[in-house]
Amino acid sequence: MDVKFESWKEIIKDENIVFKKTKVLTDNVLSYCPGCGHGVAHRLIAETIEEMGIQDQTIGIAPVGCSVLAYEFFDIDMQQAAHGRATALATAIKRLYPNKFVFTYQGDGDLAAIGGNETLHACNRGENIVIIFINNGIYGMTGGQMAPTTLEGMVTSTSPYGRDPQMMGHPLRITELVAMLPGTYYVTRQAVHKPANVRKTKKAIRKAFENQQQNKGLSFIEIVSNCNSGWKMTPVEANKWMEENMFKVFPLGDIKVDGELVKEL
Amino acid sequence: MGEIRLMMGNEAIAEAAVRAGCDGYFGYPITPQSEVLEYLMAENPYERTGMVVLQAESEVASINMLYGGGAAGKRVMTTSSSPGISLMMEGISYMAGAEIPCLIANVVRGGPGLGTIQPSQSDYFQATKGGGHGDYYLFVLAPSSVQEMSDFVKLGFEIAFKYRNPVMILSDGVIGQVMEKVELFDPIPRRTEEEIIKECPWATTGKTPDRERNIITSLDLDPIRQEKHVMHLKEKYDKMKEDVMWENIKTDDAEYLIVAYGSSARISQKTIDLARAEGIKVGLFRPITLYPFPDKELERLSKQVKGILSVEMSLGQLVEDVRLAVHDRVPVEHYGRVGGSIHTPFQVLNALKEKIVNKY
Repeated sequence: MDVKFESWKEIIKDENIVFKKTKVLTDNVLSYCPGCGHGVAHRLIAETIEEMGIQDQTIGIAPVGCSVLAYEFFDIDMQQAAHGRATALATAIKRLYPNKFVFTYQGDGDLAAIGGNETLHACNRGENIVIIFINNGIYGMTGGQMAPTTLEGMVTSTSPYGRDPQMMGHPLRITELVAMLPGTYYVTRQAVHKPANVRKTKKAIRKAFENQQQNKGLSFIEIVSNCNSGWKMTPVEANKWMEENMFKVFPLGDIKVDGELVKEL
Repeated sequence: MGEIRLMMGNEAIAEAAVRAGCDGYFGYPITPQSEVLEYLMAENPYERTGMVVLQAESEVASINMLYGGGAAGKRVMTTSSSPGISLMMEGISYMAGAEIPCLIANVVRGGPGLGTIQPSQSDYFQATKGGGHGDYYLFVLAPSSVQEMSDFVKLGFEIAFKYRNPVMILSDGVIGQVMEKVELFDPIPRRTEEEIIKECPWATTGKTPDRERNIITSLDLDPIRQEKHVMHLKEKYDKMKEDVMWENIKTDDAEYLIVAYGSSARISQKTIDLARAEGIKVGLFRPITLYPFPDKELERLSKQVKGILSVEMSLGQLVEDVRLAVHDRVPVEHYGRVGGSIHTPFQVLNALKEKIVNKY
């Protein structure tokens, strides 16, 4: 045992380290299911904050949903909002502290259902904030109920025979909706299930925070993610299902860049 | 002596906000209090003091803007009227749970539902018994003049930050719309960021290397810890009794007592004079803080009188606190017009005779 430990110590030397956890993440164990995209999304935001050197100027807002405890994982000042109201909090903080960085971190139920109005109006006012929107097509924390972004035919605990658009409405593409508002400056849809996607998402988050730094206006990043627990799949199956089904309705890529639509809606 | 102006109650609240060093006002139009937002928009306090004024998309949004700003240590306020205040109850409960200071003024109109736009006092229960979900209380101030509409803004901010708790000014359509002489207090400067960090070390102002991160939340999934938190809130509510306020009017020789707050207290003051002209020795007890309720003071006073009439524009809400305070040792009756109708001094006098003087 001692021998093994010593050899491990041989490898983990400062000069050999090529990657380590950012200091903007705490050492608390993540509350997310293995295979979930939240952990990666958290890391990318935290790394961006560290790289930009804005840890002491950033105020984050946690929603209600799986990421309700996000404040346990970011080593920054954070507020926890009532369900759907994160952008209202962010609006006030940013207006009262224009020099600070403010971001919200919200799921699909929070941002697109109960908080639809707050989302729409914060975007329409062009608040100079960053909105990170995690879309996994389901209510994860409450146990797999239908979300506004649940796909047609998708089985959830409140659409046990599949989502019937005639009865339950259509999957809401709120990201396309906010892209049409003159108030939004940067709108993009990304994913974090593959290294290439992680890199693209990281770039998008960096761009969003830089937009805020330069007072450009509102940046909205949707991250299409999996919910292997809610979808009742293994993490590998969930990622495959996401690529084959979610990306058809929620195609990845930039929608609006520098205030101009770059995609036909 | 401060500057004297003739102002509407709603305008006085707005002007007082600017003078009280308010950092942000977030509101949504609703009758009979829209003049607050209108006054502020016309006044453009950003030029005067740097105060932010924003018309939100709903009362739900405006109260959550208060959450964001208050949790960052700023002096924030909103005003609304009954249906709008109902919409805010979610946010108010969260702020009480997360211990966020803020100031909310309710210029009450008659309900339930859309009700009427005329004055009422039917939101007493909502204001003084919590209102939203969970075990909590607001500190509630009841102005009965335009002067107090102004004064209570300044006081309200002091109390809100003293206890880290939302404060409500419970006004009504009479006090909001009436014009009176008001002596405005001298402006207090808005606090600098350094002052906020010093006074509110709990606020989310950005985690500097010299301290742990600040988290503002009302959530604790551990029931033992959550119980401890609620008991901590209770200690705070008990401590609020230090700041209880009331007014005795012509009570020294009183054989009967009227208890009334806000506009009903103003109306009842006239009733007292009318009654005394007829030889009925009646006094007025006016609770100024509705929570904490001045129960000890009322109990003391009740021992000298034969009967008490609780006067309020509601079916009888304040009267419950009056009965609790006097432990039913003295007969207590209720009188009040409802649904936006306002009682006259003579109607109150008749009720006093019928329900109290002729019986006890």
